[in-house]
Amino acid sequence: MSTIDVPLGKRGFGQSSRPDAWWLQPLAIFLGFSAFIVYTTWAIFQAEHYTAGPYLSPFYSPELFGPTEHSWFGPKPGWWPMWIPFSPAFLILWAPLGFRMTCYYYRGAYYKAFWADPPACAVGEPRSGYRGERSFPLIIQNVHRYFLYIALGFIVMLSYDAWKALWFSDPTTGSVEFGVGVGSIVLVVNVALLSCYAFGCHSLRHLLGGRKNVLSGSPALGKTYDCVSCLNRQHMRWAWLSLFSVGFSDLYIRLCSMGVWTDWRIL
Amino acid sequence: MPTATFRIWRGNAGSGSFQDYDCEISEGMVVLDAVHKIQAEQANDLAVRWNCKAGKCGSCSAEINGSPRLMCMARLSQVPLDKPVTIEPMQTFPLVKDLVCDVSWNFEVKKQLKPFSPRPPDAEDGSWRVLQRDVDRVQEFRKCIECFLCQDVCHVLREHHFHDRFIGPRFLVHAAALEMHPLDSEDRVGQLRETDGIGYCNITKCCTNVCPEHITITDNAIIPLKERVVDEFYDPLRMVFRVFQK
Repeated sequence: MSTIDVPLGKRGFGQSSRPDAWWLQPLAIFLGFSAFIVYTTWAIFQAEHYTAGPYLSPFYSPELFGPTEHSWFGPKPGWWPMWIPFSPAFLILWAPLGFRMTCYYYRGAYYKAFWADPPACAVGEPRSGYRGERSFPLIIQNVHRYFLYIALGFIVMLSYDAWKALWFSDPTTGSVEFGVGVGSIVLVVNVALLSCYAFGCHSLRHLLGGRKNVLSGSPALGKTYDCVSCLNRQHMRWAWLSLFSVGFSDLYIRLCSMGVWTDWRIL
Repeated sequence: MPTATFRIWRGNAGSGSFQDYDCEISEGMVVLDAVHKIQAEQANDLAVRWNCKAGKCGSCSAEINGSPRLMCMARLSQVPLDKPVTIEPMQTFPLVKDLVCDVSWNFEVKKQLKPFSPRPPDAEDGSWRVLQRDVDRVQEFRKCIECFLCQDVCHVLREHHFHDRFIGPRFLVHAAALEMHPLDSEDRVGQLRETDGIGYCNITKCCTNVCPEHITITDNAIIPLKERVVDEFYDPLRMVFRVFQK
């Protein structure tokens, strides 16, 4: 490829002619992601207070093994090493976290906010070396579509959780009846936001039509491509809203379970 | 008439510095107007490249207050004038003089990309039949005016000077316009991965942010091309599927 023989200048870290507060956005992203990471790590190590009535925290769903009635395969498995603390969230949370970590939006955002690569547009970087996503380790980001497949399964399971959050059992009679609590709304909104995020994924957009140059011959594929593209245009917004909602859902259920908050029944 | 101070880079590839110019401004002026006024009244030897003054030729690219922009589209009413307005040349290309830099590297890169290669004509008169639906996507990419602001802001070129291994967002858009064209029969995916260096892009969207034609460079061109590269080189299921297709 063509080269430039004249040596070009390089600016120092943070050097820029930009007079605006260019550091504000990466700082806000850094704080937002850090808060989520700290809270999530704390929450998954708790291994308790993740259910309240018919509600199950999205951090713990699906509960493959665990002590609650939501568990699929019974209590903590015998093969789990004694020296590792057990939490049902350990078994499943790698998948949605992997989906977000490899997401095209998040990648661009955390490369800037956590790795200053670059810190902001047209601002000097701290390092001279750069490998991009062309070689290890960041070449692994190409696995994103596989996390997408798993994430779509999670949407189905969280939708089922949201459905179950509409059915309350009467403690006196034991009968189950339809109802709507604030927690039900929290979980329904959560799964709606997660769906908007997952169904607007760039990889899904590619798989549902983007990979083809001619869409006129497949009207159904063309329609799905248009729908995914529509959600994809606001991918950043869905990414943030769903990140907040999934954290808040866990917090809401946790505080209800601890008795700090009372879940109001609307219906 | 109110005045504003413009801090303009003066110099050549060897040396240079910012010089302040006070300039009378009036309603409706753009940065290029101010530069022309300074050139006419105070600095006759100020080098500046421009042509259409309508945001369509892509000649007057520069960095205004540190952000890559077209000088002819930067309205003074939208630029803070309480402090000196900094105007400097693009940082990604060699400086010729003052605000003019040598962007010829871009034209050399373009020559090395696989050209449009249409399938055989659909009709006997040598014409093709294409539905608008199928060219909608690539028409966005044809809006590019080759101002090279995206190349300028791309940190892979700007900070790391990977001009020998990365073609930059402008030519990824160009490659997308060809690769996604319904008539094109060329396969550019291997070249995109190997010599064009698409893997160096870490999708910071700076190119999209500065595009004066509002082309959604990252989401509509680069990421779809990255996904095609994944299809061909990194997706084991697709690889197996391709074996059975053959």
